[in-house]
Parts: sequence; C-alpha cells; structure tokens
Amino acid sequence: MNTMLKVSALLMVAFLCAVGCGGRKEAVTLAGSTAFQPFAEKLADQYMSQHPGATVSVQGGGSTVGIQSALQGTVQIGMADLVQLPADAKTLTATVVARDGVAIIVHPSNAITNLTTDQVRDIFNGKITNWKMVGGADHSITVVSREAGSGTRSSFEQIVGGVHLSASALVQDSNGTIRETVANDPNAMGYLSHGLLNKNIRDVPVDGFACTTANVSGGRYKLVRPVFFLTRSDVSSAARDFMAFVLSDVGQEQIRKDGLLSAK
Amino acid sequence: MKRIDEIIARPLLAAIAFSALASLLLIAVFILKEGLPFMARIGFRDFLGSSDWQPQEGHFGIFPMIVASLGVTLGAMAIGAPLGIAGAIFLCEFVPRPVMRTVKPAIELLAGIPSVVFGFLGVMVLAPLVRTHFGGPGLSLLTAAIILGIMVLPTVTSISADAIMAVPGAFREGALALGATRWQSVYMVILKAARSGIIASVILAMGRAIGETMAVIMVAGNTVRVPHSALDPVCTLTAKIAMEMASASGLHRQSLFAIGVVLFVVIMILNALAMTAIRSRKGASS
Repeated sequence: MNTMLKVSALLMVAFLCAVGCGGRKEAVTLAGSTAFQPFAEKLADQYMSQHPGATVSVQGGGSTVGIQSALQGTVQIGMADLVQLPADAKTLTATVVARDGVAIIVHPSNAITNLTTDQVRDIFNGKITNWKMVGGADHSITVVSREAGSGTRSSFEQIVGGVHLSASALVQDSNGTIRETVANDPNAMGYLSHGLLNKNIRDVPVDGFACTTANVSGGRYKLVRPVFFLTRSDVSSAARDFMAFVLSDVGQEQIRKDGLLSAK
Repeated sequence: MKRIDEIIARPLLAAIAFSALASLLLIAVFILKEGLPFMARIGFRDFLGSSDWQPQEGHFGIFPMIVASLGVTLGAMAIGAPLGIAGAIFLCEFVPRPVMRTVKPAIELLAGIPSVVFGFLGVMVLAPLVRTHFGGPGLSLLTAAIILGIMVLPTVTSISADAIMAVPGAFREGALALGATRWQSVYMVILKAARSGIIASVILAMGRAIGETMAVIMVAGNTVRVPHSALDPVCTLTAKIAMEMASASGLHRQSLFAIGVVLFVVIMILNALAMTAIRSRKGASS
C-alpha cells in the first residue's frame, strides 16, 4: 500500500511537471488551411532552427477552422486561403503571405487535354457524368470534393461560379486525401492546391492554360487564391516575429522553392 | 483511534467513483441540452425522415446517414460476427490449450491497432480492389463494412472465447459420454450454454462499429445520399459530425449535437440489450 502511494505520487508530480514545462516559452500557434499547412510547417522548422528557444506549432482543420480559431484566440495566427474572406473575419487583420493556384486533377492514365470552365462547372454539378462527353474514354466520372468548411472548396466554387455540388460526389476532408483518392481511381476528378501536385496525379489545363507557376503569376490561369495569415489586434510579439520572417525575403524564397507563389 | 488511511479511504474512493459517474452525466446533459431543443424546433419527423441535408439552406434531414450507419454496422457484423465466433470456437474447442494461450492474445493485439491505420489500408488497398472487382468508386458502404468487420473481429472473438471457456467441463464431458461427437457436443450443448455471452459480444461489437469515425471517413466516400447498392458511397452519422463540427456555427452546430443525441440513444439501447443478455446468462446457469 505504501509503495503504491509513493509511486502514484511520483507519477502525479512528473505529469504536472511535464504539463507545466510546455507553456513557459512563448509558443506561436497556427491553425487553418490544409493546403498551406505543409508549407507553414517547413517555414516553422526553418524559423525554429534559426531562432533556438522559439516554438512554432502548426495545425490544419481547414480555412474556416483557421478563421474561427483566430477569432476566439485559440491560436495566434489563423491560416485561410479564400478568395474572399467571410464577414466575421472583418475584425481580424489579414496579411497575404503567399498565392496558390487550384489545379483540376485527374489520374495519370486519363488522357483528357483540356477542360473549359463551363465543362468543369457542369462536371461538378453532375450535368456531365461521363468522360466521353468531354472527349475522354467511356467511363462515368467520379467527382471528389472537399468538405463544406474548406478554403480550397470555397475558392474553387467562387471562381468557377454557379457550383451546386452533385449529390453523388465523394467528399474527403483534406487536400492530401483528395490527392490519394484521385491517384487510386482512373475515373476520378478533383481539385488540389497547386503546391501539392506530384507525380501520382495529372493536372488538366483549364481554358487552354495549365496550372504552372508561370501561368498563375502571369494571370493566365484563373483559379488563383491568396493565402492569408489572420491575426487579432492583441497578437503576441513572438507571432509578429514569425510573420515578419514569413514575409521576409528568406521566407518568401522558401515559399517559392516549395512550389507556391510569393505574396508579391 | 482509527488509522488515518482508514478514515480517508472511504470518502476518497467515493469521490473518485462519483467523479467518473459525474463526467458521464455531464457529457449526456451537455449533448442533450444542445441537441434536443434543435430537434424539437425542426421536428422529429423532418429531422429523422427527410433526405435533404443542406445546412446553408436550413434543411437538416439525416435519414441517409441513419441508413448509412445501420448499413455499415450490419455489414460489419455480417462479416465480423461469424468469423469471430468461428474463431472463438476453434480456439477453445479444437486446439490444444498452449496454442490457444498464444493465439488469443495475438488476436486481442489486433484490437490495439489505431483505427486510422485501418482507414489508411482501406484507402490504399481495399478500395481499389473493390473498384476493380465489384465496380463503383471503390470508396463505398461495402469497403467500410469490410474494414469495420475486421476491426470488431477481436472483440467478438475475445468475449465469445471467454463465454465458451466459462461453460463447465461437466457439460462437455456429459455430452461426449452420451455419445456425441466433438462437433455435436459443440453446437448442441456448449454453444447453447455460452449463447448469452456470445450475443453480448456481438452487441458490444455493434456498439463499437456504429461509433467508429476515423476509418469510416477515409473509406466510405462521405456522400449524403441513401445508397442504392452496397457499392454506393455513404456518409455515416459519426463521419458527418467529425467532418463538419470544426466549421459549423449556429443552427448547423446544434444539428450536429442533435446527431450526437441520436447516436447516444442508439448506443444506450445497444448497451442495455447487452447487459440484459449477460444478466440472463447468469440467471440461467445458476
């Protein structure tokens, strides 16, 4: 009985110490866009290696989570990649840190060469249901979309316009899972942040222009949205330092190297 | 003069026990407080019976998701229950005890694998297989049912095996003495005696299957539509809550709590059934 009491007391003390340890240094917390999350994590790693003693932690959850968390003060910086911020984000300071294109993706075996914006809209609305109606093989199209609170989805639907997602569309909860779904299904079509394109999927040119860095910064590719860092007026100085780093030449160069577009 | 640990032991234990009960009660009260007013406002028939889920337009019909949750759970039990019970019978009756003592913990280890790992395997391996051999998009009710069936397998096997081992040796010996073969003694005597324990294991596994979220989000397709076949994508109640909770506000957020109430009620009913089954076993064998 005595040893049990001693051991449990020791465990309690150790637990309380561990809990207490994390909060001493001023931690910078970010949450929001899953499209920008991998890039924010790389920037955070770079920042922490240059400033030992600083802690920057990045979470996902989607752009709406980023806005809500920043508003409530749960995190210091909310990340949102929306074309237009919603009304309740008006009280927050929005700083553009990068720009991102939204690519239309299909399986690498899908030979389709181009889609017009109207065709993209009709496919996502469920009016065009077979690949042969847009010049492809005779297979039904599997539409994959993001969930309702996603910034990528809002940006896509706002720019394309008039999108009422078809009742038979699949829904996945992050850019990464959309990419996996399309990479595993020859008949699937979805949308993905330009920075997350890889060899497992193929991006389809829209209105004649592919989603390349050149076309996006040249304004020829239309599906582009800014990535905002949203902060309250009472944001901590540690968070301000991190934001300054992201906006600096070093940070912007890293963003360009990772495949996104810089803010300017 | 009583010792100090005698004096503090009873109230301390009472406080700890009541805090566990209190947290359960608080969770129940909170979910009901947020969800019931919403259900009363929208109307039970519209909420539970309508197939129209458009939160932006104020339509909150969860019927497709109720069908999806029930379909996925029944499918999981159709796969997990026979395999689990057969496994339990084989382990207890047809293998030597030392082998059983090694294999049973290994099966229980399956229960420790995180659900996200199952979901990952489902997306990468099972969904493409279902799509190539059965058709449809691959992410479907069938895929979710198979993955959940594998996840509940250790629960069914473990609890059924305990029930079968609890049958007194006298039953086995009596049946064999009367001339029954090994298999006859199993299905005529032992299974009947262990019946309520096996039923309890199936019902507890159902409770686990209906509450599973992560694996289902990854493999079920999350389309809010009543499925016409097992190859259609579906969205369960748990998946809907998980995907929309972070970004919902106002009435939409309350509707997600209301879905929580529905899940709570279903799981309470399943647990009550399991408790009745276990109690009747104790009554029958005494």
